[in-house]
Amino acid sequence: MTDRPDDTLGLSTDSAPPPVVERKLLADAWRETRKAPWTAKFGLIVIVAYIFLAVFAPVLTPYGESEIVGAEFEPWGDPYLLGTDNLGRDMLTRLLYGGRNTIGIAFLTTCLAFLIGGIGGIIAATLSGWVDQILSRFVDILMAIPQLIFALLLLTIFGTAIPVLIIIIAVLDSTRVFRLARAVSLNVVVMDFVEAARLRGEGIGWITLREVLPNILPPMSAEFGLRFCFVFLLISALSFLGLGIQPPTADWGSMVKDNATLITYGDITPLLPAGAIALLTIAVNFVVDWFLHKTSGLRDDQ
Amino acid sequence: MDKILKMIVQRLALGVLILIAVSLIIFFAVQLLPGDLAEAILGQNATAETVAAFRRELGLDRPAHIRYLDWLGGIMQGDFGKSLATQREISDLIGVRFANTMFLALYAAVISVPLSVTLGVLAALYRNSLYDRFVNIFTLSSISFPEFFVAYILIILFSVNLGWFPALSNVSPETPFWARVYLCALPALTLTLVVVAHMMRMTRAAIINLLASPYIEMANLKGMSRSRIIVYHALPNALAPIINVIVINLAYLIVGVVLVEVVFVYPGLGQLIVNSVANRDIPVVQACSLIFAATYVLLNLTADILSIVTNPRLLHPK
Repeated sequence: MTDRPDDTLGLSTDSAPPPVVERKLLADAWRETRKAPWTAKFGLIVIVAYIFLAVFAPVLTPYGESEIVGAEFEPWGDPYLLGTDNLGRDMLTRLLYGGRNTIGIAFLTTCLAFLIGGIGGIIAATLSGWVDQILSRFVDILMAIPQLIFALLLLTIFGTAIPVLIIIIAVLDSTRVFRLARAVSLNVVVMDFVEAARLRGEGIGWITLREVLPNILPPMSAEFGLRFCFVFLLISALSFLGLGIQPPTADWGSMVKDNATLITYGDITPLLPAGAIALLTIAVNFVVDWFLHKTSGLRDDQ
Repeated sequence: MDKILKMIVQRLALGVLILIAVSLIIFFAVQLLPGDLAEAILGQNATAETVAAFRRELGLDRPAHIRYLDWLGGIMQGDFGKSLATQREISDLIGVRFANTMFLALYAAVISVPLSVTLGVLAALYRNSLYDRFVNIFTLSSISFPEFFVAYILIILFSVNLGWFPALSNVSPETPFWARVYLCALPALTLTLVVVAHMMRMTRAAIINLLASPYIEMANLKGMSRSRIIVYHALPNALAPIINVIVINLAYLIVGVVLVEVVFVYPGLGQLIVNSVANRDIPVVQACSLIFAATYVLLNLTADILSIVTNPRLLHPK
């Protein structure tokens, strides 16, 4: 791994594509999007809206993230559009910040999981032999323990700080990424151009990043969407149990838990963050479904 | 028959190996703790003597592999050690709760398995109809819903608005069977909704996969009705993947139970593990993790064996 080229992100600079090509790509993407079924369009619109709200949360919200603005459990209406929560914080503000935090953390976690699992999977497929055997058996054993339970065990040991949470879930989730990356890479590493690169004397870093990675991108990016949903749900579940993102940081899982008492009075406010989680995962699923249809016949019913 | 027996023994041996590996991970994960258990519990302010005394009490002064063998040996005899938070025997804490969790999971399974197979067969039968499309969207959404969202929606509908079922499932060991069934209706329904989608989708996919085979076309040409073809000709051959999916979903039920138990305050193993994580009661968390993981491994093993037994072709890997 010492000879890994330092331009990990340089996939596009390498073949020196002029801006014209990029513009054409964008135009193609736009044309494809317009032809997409309504489910995919709906999904894309929802995802864009979520990203917008998450990025601009500090500008859009009238109050601070954990600022106590009024009495507890104020009803919906004038100064507080969606009422206040169990500590008298503005619900709308918490909702926007919660989205920002939960989505941000889930996204980071998924990226880290793909970094670990993806590189591990490609290396296992490329080197094969005992490296593959060791890595695969190790992953098999990690996967024998249910993810939620394993996460609970590790959180007990290491505590629930956010970086710890991100690393634990990323490592646990990278096992799934590893499996897929290894499976799709196995089809690529037998190709002649990989053999040619080997004969040319390229190192494992080059083969991984320049030869195999670009060829497994379509299935991997679809998997990214699905893994993101999974991580997002897992983090929300942990926060809901009070073991994920800790107060006063706003996040959707713990908001449901904190305000759950309202439900017994028939108030649906606590369902808003839960619904927000559901809406985003549905949107991502719709888009992934469409993407899988588009890129290949590859369509596994998860 | 010999081959099947040999295969089963092989798989069982593999299962035992996996269980040992899992127990090793669960035990030695605690060794990753910066410092050790005694320091973690007593905190920064404890004097060196207190820590040393506590370490001796927990048996931490012995080497790790001996403690592991002790721990495993104890579990084989039903002794999980003592809880750090309450000083009670962990086996006392677990016994009733484990039975409760199994009851809830079984309850959900009894509803969801027949339901999803029937709905899946119907979706295959009326493929590309409005019903099929509705099923498709429904399953995609219900996979995306967090369990607690489903649970709270059910509470609002059936408990707050209609008042049919209680929102809390506080059963005790004395609760009679039918009262228990009534109290657990909403948690079981939540779990059902969460797993039905996946099982139904796979049942449909397994049957539709088969519909392209020549023998189905033959049956078609003979003029058989579509429902007869699917129920008598396609379904038996689709059983292997269906059984596999069912067992995998049962394994999922055992884990999915954690969130549902917390929502409905149901005294099961899931609630115990969540409370213990919050208290950092590591021995209890280890014991619960081991039980959950063992159940999970055993169910997956069953799925493996059942799918090979129902599909003899798998006995002869290429």
